[in-house]
Amino acid sequence: METMERGKAKSGGARQCSICKQARAALKRPKTLEQICRECFYSVFEEEVHRVIVENQLFRPGERVAIGASGGKDSTVLAYVLSELNRRHNYGLDLFLLSVDEGITGYRDDSLETVKRNEIQYGLPLKVVSYKDLYGWTMDEIVKMIGLKNNCTFCGVFRRQALDRGAAMLKVEKLVTGHNADDIAETVLLNILRGDIARLVILAGIYSPNAYRGFAREFIKDLERIRPRAILDIIKSGENFRISTFTKMPEQGTCERCGYISSQPFSEFCLHNDLRMVSGVCLGLDVQKWCKACVLLEGLNRGLPKLGIGRSRGIDNHSKKETKHMNGQNDVQGKPCGTLDF
Amino acid sequence: MACGKSLCQSGGCHKYDEEVDKQTPLTATRGLINGNLCVKCKASTAVAGGAGGGEDGRFCADCFRGSLFGKFRLAVTSNGMISPSDKVLVAFSGGPSSRVALQFVREMQDKALKNFEASRDKPLPVFGVGVAFIDEHSALSLPPEDGDEVVEHIKTIVSDLAPPGKELHVTPLGSLYSSHLTDGRSKLKELLDAVPDDTGKEDLLTYLRMLCLQKVAVENGYSKLVLGSCTSTIARHVISATVKGQGYSLPADIQYVDARWEVPVLLPLRDCLAQELNVLCQLDGLGRLKTLAASDGPRSGINALVSSFISLLQEENPSRECTIVRTAGKLTPFSFDRLPDVDDPKARLASQRRQKKFNIKSDESTLPESFCSLCNSPLHKSDFPRLINYANDQHSADVFDASFCSSCRFQILPSDSSSMEYFYSLLPQPMIAGSKISSYHDRRLLRQVISNLIFCF
Repeated sequence: METMERGKAKSGGARQCSICKQARAALKRPKTLEQICRECFYSVFEEEVHRVIVENQLFRPGERVAIGASGGKDSTVLAYVLSELNRRHNYGLDLFLLSVDEGITGYRDDSLETVKRNEIQYGLPLKVVSYKDLYGWTMDEIVKMIGLKNNCTFCGVFRRQALDRGAAMLKVEKLVTGHNADDIAETVLLNILRGDIARLVILAGIYSPNAYRGFAREFIKDLERIRPRAILDIIKSGENFRISTFTKMPEQGTCERCGYISSQPFSEFCLHNDLRMVSGVCLGLDVQKWCKACVLLEGLNRGLPKLGIGRSRGIDNHSKKETKHMNGQNDVQGKPCGTLDF
Repeated sequence: MACGKSLCQSGGCHKYDEEVDKQTPLTATRGLINGNLCVKCKASTAVAGGAGGGEDGRFCADCFRGSLFGKFRLAVTSNGMISPSDKVLVAFSGGPSSRVALQFVREMQDKALKNFEASRDKPLPVFGVGVAFIDEHSALSLPPEDGDEVVEHIKTIVSDLAPPGKELHVTPLGSLYSSHLTDGRSKLKELLDAVPDDTGKEDLLTYLRMLCLQKVAVENGYSKLVLGSCTSTIARHVISATVKGQGYSLPADIQYVDARWEVPVLLPLRDCLAQELNVLCQLDGLGRLKTLAASDGPRSGINALVSSFISLLQEENPSRECTIVRTAGKLTPFSFDRLPDVDDPKARLASQRRQKKFNIKSDESTLPESFCSLCNSPLHKSDFPRLINYANDQHSADVFDASFCSSCRFQILPSDSSSMEYFYSLLPQPMIAGSKISSYHDRRLLRQVISNLIFCF
């Protein structure tokens, strides 16, 4: 958010800051349309974050909290603000930085350097969890195996779980991420575009490899140009949607394989994607109670990387053959193959 | 195979008239090679791309027309939209959607008429049809000559419809103020000029248009108002309402039936795509206005941005508009989003014949709604925080202020309270009257709250 607002600084001209009335205004805040100077912006922004934390009782004294740090602007600002506020207002928090190393050459190396700088700058202990350690696969290896298509699914699912597992290693009670208003607004829009009503209220950032994600980003930027308030309005709409209590919400469960919380148990995830279900069932895996990360990983290890993604008929036929080879033990489990293969 | 303008015989050249001439040889041969037959009747050559390359993408002209009319008829019958004793007013802008709506309503009336003549013993009366055109040229400060030309065109379209003759009501938007033409026009201009936000101005114009349609309908004794809103329009509305922070009231606007108005509003084309309607207009050579300054003018604002965004998405995935409407359709509708049960024996008889009424789920237990005076959308709790002060504070302006939604407050109402008084004075009578009704609703709500409190003690 900070850089976004700072980006507007050019249009400021030589006006006076509307808060301290002394310094020259450095930027126009999209949220309030006020011309304010750099120092005032810092203090207003920090005060707002502080108010959100206090009003929503986000933390309790003595808690261990991990900050999901990617090295990008959002999480860097978050790390700075939290450590600053923790000191200033005596939250009494034990803060940690938590980073995920996907193992993508030339991409993560730089941003990990930023995170390491943050570690020194703000004096926060850093923990890096890597895909290689957790899953035995780096992203580069996964891409080599399945190609450029669909690898976003792996990366997104694995990252979410890697953060959970890193948090468990650090024994922290809470994990904070740098999702900003733009991200949430984008999620609301994407869920309407995608037809996912249940997730409209959850506002969880999930990964989408589709082209419309890029369009949605652009769209939100354009909207902001015309009407800065639109982003907050989208969030307001998202909060006020009249969603029937009967709408089925994804349940949180514990994965029977890895024991971590799966926000999207595979069975749930299959309901929307009938054909994906087939591939898992046909392998004779008891995937209903597995999290998506475990299903994807199992697919990788068995040399069937498409397990859990995609709907193409090829996969389906492939998995059908697999059934004959690998098992046929359970007729009931085998049944969906016939009925869904049309 | 020749590619005639009215009935194109080859596949794929339905999209643009100007493309037709260029591409005829190529597409025609391809059509022959592929044996491009209609997937439904398997007899005629397919001409019309339906929902953009979906399963229904390869129909012949007749089957395509049939499928579109089917969607319309299903919407009408399953929601019990039109009963025999109704008098239906079709809002006609001159665009393809309302042109098709008019055509379909006419066809339906035609069938009802045939049934009436055929059945001897207990004939059902045939519903009446009228056409309304709202003349907005004055509001948009366009030269009046253009307006006259458009009105003439509309008159010929309506008079060319099959008998029985349809009454045409041409009403200038300024008539909301007074029957005196120039007087109303200047007041309307003053009101629109008082709104600085482009998007706000556009939306206000839409609300005024609806008020005007309602006025025409009420004054001429119509019992239903049919709009040509199609899937594409509604999808755009879903996104733009979300962007404007109207997420709460959104489900009110996107149902088949909207009975919060004095004359219930029907959207029978809710399941048809704009592209399909365009194709049908071209296939059937339905007369429609070529230049529609009223809605196609250069627009800059949220609505235009949303519209181009959706068009982009639709190109990427032809079913995107349907997905958007379907998703938003899962939001819980309001109690007024269906027709009130009328105790009319004829209506019951008719609905027995086509008993397919789906029950729309709506939470009946909610408190009576109160509505925004400008856009008439139901207000969210957070929009009337001053409700409790009503008992002690009876300032009319305050009551008025309390019944605007946050979106209208931002994009239509003046931001400083000093010019508020002036703005109120510019609003047409029906809007002010409407606000009285909603404050009556508020009072009922208040009474309910109080009685609950008393009950608690």
